[in-house]
Amino acid sequence: MVHMEKQEFTAASFFGFLEQKKLMGAKCKKCGTLYLPPRPLCGECLGYGMEWFQFSGRGKLVSYSVVRVGTTLYEEKGYSRDNPYCWGLIQLDEGPRISALLLGADLSRPDSITIGQPLEVVFPKKREEEGERTPVTFRFE
Amino acid sequence: MVQRRRRLARGVAVIGAGISHFGAFKEKDSRDLFVEAFQSALETVQKGIDPREIEAIYVGNLSSDCFEGQAHVAPLMAEWGGLNPKPATRTEDACASSGVALREGIIAVASGLYDIVLASGVESMNKLTTARTTDTLAAAADAIYEVSVGATFPSLYAQIATAHMAKYGTTEEQLMKVAIKNHNNGALNPKAHFNSSIRDIMNSRLARAKERGQPIPSWTDEMEFLKDPSANPIVAWPMKLFDCSPITDGAACAIMVAEDVARNFTDEPIHVLGTGQASDAQALHGRNDITSLRASKLAAEQAYEMAGVTPEDIQLAEVHDCFTIAEVVAIEDLGFFKPGEGPKAAEEGRTARDGERPVNTSGGLKAKGHPVGATGVGQLVEVWEQMSGHAGQRQVAGVNLALTHNVGASGSSVVVHIFERR
Repeated sequence: MVHMEKQEFTAASFFGFLEQKKLMGAKCKKCGTLYLPPRPLCGECLGYGMEWFQFSGRGKLVSYSVVRVGTTLYEEKGYSRDNPYCWGLIQLDEGPRISALLLGADLSRPDSITIGQPLEVVFPKKREEEGERTPVTFRFE
Repeated sequence: MVQRRRRLARGVAVIGAGISHFGAFKEKDSRDLFVEAFQSALETVQKGIDPREIEAIYVGNLSSDCFEGQAHVAPLMAEWGGLNPKPATRTEDACASSGVALREGIIAVASGLYDIVLASGVESMNKLTTARTTDTLAAAADAIYEVSVGATFPSLYAQIATAHMAKYGTTEEQLMKVAIKNHNNGALNPKAHFNSSIRDIMNSRLARAKERGQPIPSWTDEMEFLKDPSANPIVAWPMKLFDCSPITDGAACAIMVAEDVARNFTDEPIHVLGTGQASDAQALHGRNDITSLRASKLAAEQAYEMAGVTPEDIQLAEVHDCFTIAEVVAIEDLGFFKPGEGPKAAEEGRTARDGERPVNTSGGLKAKGHPVGATGVGQLVEVWEQMSGHAGQRQVAGVNLALTHNVGASGSSVVVHIFERR
């Protein structure tokens, strides 16, 4: 179990929480600005004091793409021209935006996906290969 | 904070500029492309120049490290250009690398440290598999939070496209018009990667099908060709193959000098009137609005202010059309058209070579090609050729004020320059 108060505001912490089924960001103690993913320095007030903030994992679609030519990592996961994947930007109910792999859409009809559609975070069932990051994943409701 | 008008400490001018051929050249390395561009630039100096007069060299390059296994390219390019032991500096801001090299060269001359510098860029991209090339380019996004969810460059610009479509009703057909226009321009550029219009490409496919006795597609014009997924497959919806700039090998060089020595080299220097540069969140999700690039607006604002001109004054622009949607967003961000009106402007031919404001007469990144690290200086080469009357069949008459707009990654770096012929 990760002890929240001791966790640094790094990607390692973020992905560690994700494996514990928590979508965790940072909140500036001084000005209240929320960050997802977390970061140690507030870009708004330049303050260093952050605290952990758990996001609800609900949000709306900002933009998306259905990818048929992926990176080596995604080719190795089995995606291809005939087996595309979808990723997009989500605006969380709490405000910040995040990039995520999107599940639950009909990828043969990309124009059936609508901006503004509600989505919910889904957590990985299994750990990724050593050295791989668990992709942030959302599902269309 | 005190606002003051930023200006160069002394005037800077271009006295010569040239590119290598742009294309896929597996047998050539960065150094070969650089030498070709350098020679081409030297040949354009009206009264000639002894290359040994060049005091420093700036080289824009994204990732020869990954593309060719070659880091530390600046002194290497200097060596191949016969410019050692002059100081050689590499700049890396993704696809804006040589726009930044150009700006750093300008700043160095304006500071008084040097009178004559070479601003350049080079990229050799065709040595890896498509997936490895995709990986290398994707590294210019946020490697932790974007690449992990499957981001590739076509899919990053696809995000911008789907957001623009939802906000303004932009259509895939309107974006196709951008590709058709830029290919029409590239067809007139003998150094372009695609020295052919989309209609030429369509006709050659039809001829090939006929020759081989294969079923002949029913395309009668470019739009039908581009709407056929067998001819124009989806890369990252809504970005299709012909929405994307190609994977290009190439180099570009420009010789930048202090205005007070420019006349030693040419009677027709091109003056740097404005320069601007801005940064933004690396990841698209770090920005509040992705239908516009904030860094483009800020860089343009700085350049317009320094130049003392407005968007309406610009007669020709080379903008960063790494994807068709990028050109549409650029012509809005640069103030040529109102937000949301870029697609219509492209559709109506207002940005065509014979339109009210020619954009990407070189063919742009789309058709001239996009050797990422060479693109920024490559844009200046088109402005140079247009202003010095050497643009051949794509010559636009009477260009006295032109702009270049070079974007790094999905908009986290942008450089804008304004040039004047007096």
